[in-house]
Amino acid sequence: MSLSRRDFFRYAGSAGAGVAMGTATLDLKPVAAAATALKLKEAKVHTSVCPYCAVGCKQLVYSKGDTIIDIEGHPDTPHTLGKLCPKGAATIQLSNNALRPTKPLYRAPGSDKWEEKPVEWMYAEIAKRYHDTREKYFIEREKDKDGKDVTVNRLEAIASLGSACIDNEECYLLTKLNRTLGIVYHEHQARV
Amino acid sequence: MTTNLIDIQHSDVVMCTNNMAENHPVGFQWVMKAKERGAKVIHVDPRFTRTSAVSDIHVPLRSGTNIAFFGGLMSYAIQNNLYFKDYVVYYTNASFLIDPAFKMPADLGGLFEGLEQTGKGGTDPHVAQTYNKSSWKYQLDGEGTPKRDLTLKDPNSVFQLLRRHYSRYTPEMVERICGIPKAKFVEVAKLYCGTSGREKTGTITYALNLTQHTNGVQNIRSLCMLQLLLGNIGRPGGGVTALRGHANVQGATDLELLYHELPGYMAMPLRDAHPDLKTYLEKETPKGGFWVNKPKFFVSLLKAFYGDAATKENEFGYQWLPKRASADAYSHQHTFVDMYKGKVKAFLCDGQNPAVGGPNAKLARAAMQKLDWMVVVDIFLTETAEVWRTPGTNPKEVNTEVFFIPAAPAAEKDGSLTNTMRLIQWHEKSVNPPGQVQTDAQFVCTLAHRLQKMYAGSKKDRDKGFLAASFTYGEKPDHPEIELVLKEINGFATEEIKDKDGKVVYKKGQPLNTFAHMTDDGKTAGGCWIYTGVTVEGADGKLVNKANAQKPADDKDYLAHGWGFSWPANRRIIYNRASADLAGKPWSEKKKLIWWDPEAPGQTPDKKGKWVGLDVPDFNAFLAPDAKGGDKPFIMRADLVGAFFGPLNDGPFPEHYEPIESPTRNLLSKQQNNPVAKIWSLPDHKNDLIPLGSKDYPYVITTYRLTEHHLSGVMSRYLPMLAEMFESHFAEISQELAKEIGIANGDKVTVSTPRGKIVAKAMVTHRLKPFQIDGKTVHQIGVPWHWGWKGVDSLPGSKGDITNNLSATVADPTVYIQETKAFMCNVKKGEV
Repeated sequence: MSLSRRDFFRYAGSAGAGVAMGTATLDLKPVAAAATALKLKEAKVHTSVCPYCAVGCKQLVYSKGDTIIDIEGHPDTPHTLGKLCPKGAATIQLSNNALRPTKPLYRAPGSDKWEEKPVEWMYAEIAKRYHDTREKYFIEREKDKDGKDVTVNRLEAIASLGSACIDNEECYLLTKLNRTLGIVYHEHQARV
Repeated sequence: MTTNLIDIQHSDVVMCTNNMAENHPVGFQWVMKAKERGAKVIHVDPRFTRTSAVSDIHVPLRSGTNIAFFGGLMSYAIQNNLYFKDYVVYYTNASFLIDPAFKMPADLGGLFEGLEQTGKGGTDPHVAQTYNKSSWKYQLDGEGTPKRDLTLKDPNSVFQLLRRHYSRYTPEMVERICGIPKAKFVEVAKLYCGTSGREKTGTITYALNLTQHTNGVQNIRSLCMLQLLLGNIGRPGGGVTALRGHANVQGATDLELLYHELPGYMAMPLRDAHPDLKTYLEKETPKGGFWVNKPKFFVSLLKAFYGDAATKENEFGYQWLPKRASADAYSHQHTFVDMYKGKVKAFLCDGQNPAVGGPNAKLARAAMQKLDWMVVVDIFLTETAEVWRTPGTNPKEVNTEVFFIPAAPAAEKDGSLTNTMRLIQWHEKSVNPPGQVQTDAQFVCTLAHRLQKMYAGSKKDRDKGFLAASFTYGEKPDHPEIELVLKEINGFATEEIKDKDGKVVYKKGQPLNTFAHMTDDGKTAGGCWIYTGVTVEGADGKLVNKANAQKPADDKDYLAHGWGFSWPANRRIIYNRASADLAGKPWSEKKKLIWWDPEAPGQTPDKKGKWVGLDVPDFNAFLAPDAKGGDKPFIMRADLVGAFFGPLNDGPFPEHYEPIESPTRNLLSKQQNNPVAKIWSLPDHKNDLIPLGSKDYPYVITTYRLTEHHLSGVMSRYLPMLAEMFESHFAEISQELAKEIGIANGDKVTVSTPRGKIVAKAMVTHRLKPFQIDGKTVHQIGVPWHWGWKGVDSLPGSKGDITNNLSATVADPTVYIQETKAFMCNVKKGEV
């Protein structure tokens, strides 16, 4: 099936109205396939997952070089059938956004401004803070309810929050880091 | 959720208790599909929303009264003999007999047997009184097996206790408490209880509408119990449709970014209860059900954390794990209370915005302003990152040192997310993140490596576990290969594993195909047992990432087992043994899911019989229905049956109590609030509560969400496409209340509580109506909570006051979630 871009929009527009009224009998698959083919000519395509609610709508991400040029619903997804909601349809602006900082920032105690810092400096300073706070406040042993001295290896001075917005692998790594350091204030959005 | 979004189409009645059409719009298409197929849709919600607009019945209910509603439905089903008797008798603990010493709210003025005063805790009921659960137990026979009465007539049977407990929840009582007119309640009860029996099923959806209460867990339990009573769990078109709000709140829960557990739902050790591995495993491993395998999962987790350093001799590193001082500590709300009090000195905030999104946000901000240092990792500069710039705050007086690391969204990195139906799906990196943006995985691994360098050479016991843990995945240490992290989560053989005939089953390092192959001797490692099977080794020796499987659904497989991987074991509907009757036959042809095929090849060539069907059996595939345990579907429970009688901290049955702040006395009993709710008392008026009958704060308030905004707004207020959708923050007020206090649509109003106030525009609508509660008019308002002082400068409507300035620091006694769906406030015209 061959469609011009203008034909596609005209076709999709009328089909969209039909869908909204629950009376659609049109098969949108060829349209989606044609649209995909159009874009594929110009761009790389990767699959992604919508980062908003937990329905988990799969997406197709079109990019040129290191710029994302479009994100749309993945039509094969069995539980979404390729649809996206207004938030999902705005996903591209999480990447392409003038408000997005791309350099690490530091705010000194009592300061009224951010300062840009090299990422290496940030890691070194953050690691120093973790180390010093852990050394100062670590609880290696304490008395249990019966007054017996027991090993607890606990770090209560550093709390960790987040996130339901990061990947499974990242959640696991953060759990591994926190727990092996002794951190017990260890939470994310599921609690609220 | 127990079920699958796709399967909602098979429901005969869908009862939405949340606003699914607006908050999970793409999932809601399956409710519409069910409706096209003839289903009825009920919407239970204080507000009329777009979900109500397409429902057959809208049931406005006063916020905070869900247990009265579900209890009323259970009572209606029992009184009118509408429950699914075979299911209830054989698949639940309804027939089990309870200790005769057990007494209930019907006997004890709203309390359960065993409430004891501790003499501690001051004004915190959670500490001042606690339930001694010694009578909350089954009667056992001489062999230690629970006694049962399959006729359900014994007065001490769970069923009779359930009947008696909920007999107080009459339609008249539901009307008085919830404000639902009796005729409407009966209409709904008839319709929903009609999903009982072999031929019909129904599902119930929920979200934070049920969880954010001081009896949040009991709210969910009451919903589940209704589903058990009607025989709706584990069956097509049935189940519990839990709708989560974040893309990976399910995964972050499975991987346990939660204080009380370790990955795969295993308790985080407690100092007093779990001094060593042996005691931990003895206490935490039930005597029956699938959890008898817990030692295998737990030891495999320790091996994943500590690698070769975890040996049998050192309890697999168990002593390196931190031990909690108390079960009443370290939750989200504990965190900010302890930060405010100075116990917590430092804070990593990775992808969360508690300055806006958590309860009592003023407390959270004041607490963060007291920290020594804080690291914020996020895509945008959140209110949390700029807490030192809170309006009204002088930055010079805030000494918190802040490090901000810019983060990458999903499209810029590889990784998996687990959606609301336990479906693990992969996303690919499509572009490099810009500038010096770091992925969260890169941040964690780089920080870990820097710290390990600083600790290198330490001989202290307390550092050994951290130094043993590997944060290197692949060739570039600070740039982890995410599929290798997934492999560690999945589990792998730590050495060559042979079967009894000496044949190699797993090479060293090979990913495990199933959690059934995990062992408790250190030969397997696995970061989260329920995820095992998500990545396996292909014939070519390469990893096969099933999270990235993309086979669409077809006529033979409507549940799409070839799309992603659904934990556990790629099961799409859990407890699905309950879709068949005792003999293993589907309860009905049109509701079939799995069944026992006596002619199918068995486990060994000399045997026949296997569970087969449209889903992966959530059951031993070769256990015949007439074998021991072959008729018990709830394999994760020690007694293998669904629980009407359960062991929560606030009672074995859900009981209606009023929210901590409420417009009315409890009309059901003299016990006003959950007797063991957690209520923090804080200095500096940081958590003053509104007493019953307050004239200063006469209106009920509930918080809610909008389609075009996302939670605390970090992923919507900064995006012009979304930020432009609302012209301002608003408070939704009924026509009746607006008239009473002289407010017109669009007026500026001030909403206040003793914790804080917000100024917003009044949205005066017909979508909210006053309730008649025991003959008195009760007004309720609704306020979305997406706004903060940051957003797109050219779109002033993207910025607004923080709704959570209003909410309090109070909690459910089992999981410590806050009560933001029902509390009290005042509303005044103008900015006051």
